[in-house]
Amino acid sequence: MSWEKELIDKANEIIELYPEKRSALGPLLYLAQEKDGYISNDSIIQISNLVGITEVQVKSVASFYSMYKEEQTGKYLLSVCKSISCEINDSRSVIDSVKNFTGLENYETDNDKVFTFEEVECIGACGGAPAVQVNYETVEGLTPEKSLQMCEWLKEERPELVVADELQEKFGGVKSFDWAIKDNTGSSYSVPGFQNIGTAKEKNL
Amino acid sequence: MKETLLLTKHMREYPEDSHLIETYEKNNGYRALKKVLKEDNPEDVINEIKNSNIRGRGGAGFPTGVKWGFLAENEDRYLVINGDESEPGTFKDRILLERDPHQLIEGVIITCFASNIKKAFIYIRGEYAKPARRVQDAVKQAYEKGYLGNNILGTNFSLDVVVHLGAGAYICGEETALLNSLEGKRGEPRLKPPYFPAVMGLYNKPTLVNNVETISSVPWIVQNSGKEYSKLGVEGSTGTRIFSLSGHVNNPGNFEIEMGKSFGEFIDTFGNGIKNNKSVKAYIPGGASAPWFTGDQLDIKMTIDDVANAGSMLGSGAVVVMDEDTNLVYAAKSIVSFFAHESCGQCTPCREGTTWLEMILERIASGRGRLSDISLLIDICDNISPGLDWPPKMTTICPLGPSAVSPITSLLNNFSDEITNMIPTKIPITQ
Repeated sequence: MSWEKELIDKANEIIELYPEKRSALGPLLYLAQEKDGYISNDSIIQISNLVGITEVQVKSVASFYSMYKEEQTGKYLLSVCKSISCEINDSRSVIDSVKNFTGLENYETDNDKVFTFEEVECIGACGGAPAVQVNYETVEGLTPEKSLQMCEWLKEERPELVVADELQEKFGGVKSFDWAIKDNTGSSYSVPGFQNIGTAKEKNL
Repeated sequence: MKETLLLTKHMREYPEDSHLIETYEKNNGYRALKKVLKEDNPEDVINEIKNSNIRGRGGAGFPTGVKWGFLAENEDRYLVINGDESEPGTFKDRILLERDPHQLIEGVIITCFASNIKKAFIYIRGEYAKPARRVQDAVKQAYEKGYLGNNILGTNFSLDVVVHLGAGAYICGEETALLNSLEGKRGEPRLKPPYFPAVMGLYNKPTLVNNVETISSVPWIVQNSGKEYSKLGVEGSTGTRIFSLSGHVNNPGNFEIEMGKSFGEFIDTFGNGIKNNKSVKAYIPGGASAPWFTGDQLDIKMTIDDVANAGSMLGSGAVVVMDEDTNLVYAAKSIVSFFAHESCGQCTPCREGTTWLEMILERIASGRGRLSDISLLIDICDNISPGLDWPPKMTTICPLGPSAVSPITSLLNNFSDEITNMIPTKIPITQ
């Protein structure tokens, strides 16, 4: 599916933020992934036209970064950390628990497209090890039981918006820092819930 | 031993809304900027930073004032904030981004004013979705209030800020890789020379690349003078520093202290001791790249130079504590796997070496190790970092490869029993 005008306008707005077009490549790949759940070939063609580089160059960049997915992900991307602080706080049992529940191996997605599972490197939640991200929203201080409950809850409730604070309150434990500001922002897709537009009101000084 | 709160004061006092511009303004926020704009003397700002003797908080510890001094003349110059915090064990920039984004933005504006920069980028790692949202909102608020955009607060000074999200590559924390990433390329570190982005950086234009914590310190320094800042901490490691404490401690977290206390005191005071009253077997003093210290070395002082003299580095200020029951072979394997996964693939010693190190450690950890594996590990490490010295010699463009050597030398130098005990003396015959 090629891009609709609205999306192309949004893309052009992002491109305007940068002194050189190609810098917008990363944000545009996120747009593509938000649309399809992965970086489709159509999107690659579209982006190469927008940015003015070849399709191979787009693909080359997309394949370098682990957050750009080449295959469609499930509604909830479960990223379980396995780096040092989590490793020594028994992240392996959390990994096993999530794997058992979902029946997925690393980088696999279930048939219903509900879950994608991946083991990831440090997500900067070392004080709350072991930690997991759901659609890049962080939950800290998990146990095998709690992570199982979290997966069950996600499967049952199917929340549209994954909110870090909500998950943390329901399933989390020890946190990296406990003076917390509560908010209801979150992510609906397997891309970071983040608006690309609106930073530079006045461009081209 | 107490915390000295400069950067984390505001977020502690206003736990509910420290991220809002109203709260920030009410508490002297943007006052340093107003002072700077009123006095209108960029040289003064650079001198204050030089007087403060602050050294970069990203890991390398380069003096910030000196770096600013390198910035070459050009019509287009850029500031890039390195918020690609991904070093295992580190989560200090996360709170600065999430809890006090205006402190960073004020630092950005002052820095740009001092160096006559009109465009700044805040590069935040992709996994920090929530912190990125907070910074994005804060940037919007700053535009609305006239702190960003054209003619800031009625002066001739104008500045645009763009928040840019990374996409899951640790290597983009290396400054030249970050610049390539920001240019829409693969995050591969650039060949040196040129050594300094301040001479040739983003789009080959002079660029300052500074860590989040470094630039967040700028408003305080400008407000209170560089001399006041240099009185904190010790010579060579002035000011406060946010240390991320994790691992087997009762109370993990970020703690802002003046540098110069010992690691043991730090772990006892703020970590509230080790879980289940165990003892410390080993600890990492400055992120996963740093060689480990043993439980007998807890009296080493937390300064950049003391840690370097003891054979490691203070790096990103991430202290990871491992208790007596930790299987250090698993711990080393976890760190080596990290670097194998994050190697960008440009240099053969790193791309191939880290992968082989991971596989050999995996073999040992699964109980199928061979006695010859130890010399094999050393041989591969030597190919990545000749002589296995510290600071490491490199056969690669950037220090990622040699970082994978640190856990292995740490293991073999101090805990070689652990690894040999995991190697069966009789090789099981498999069919």
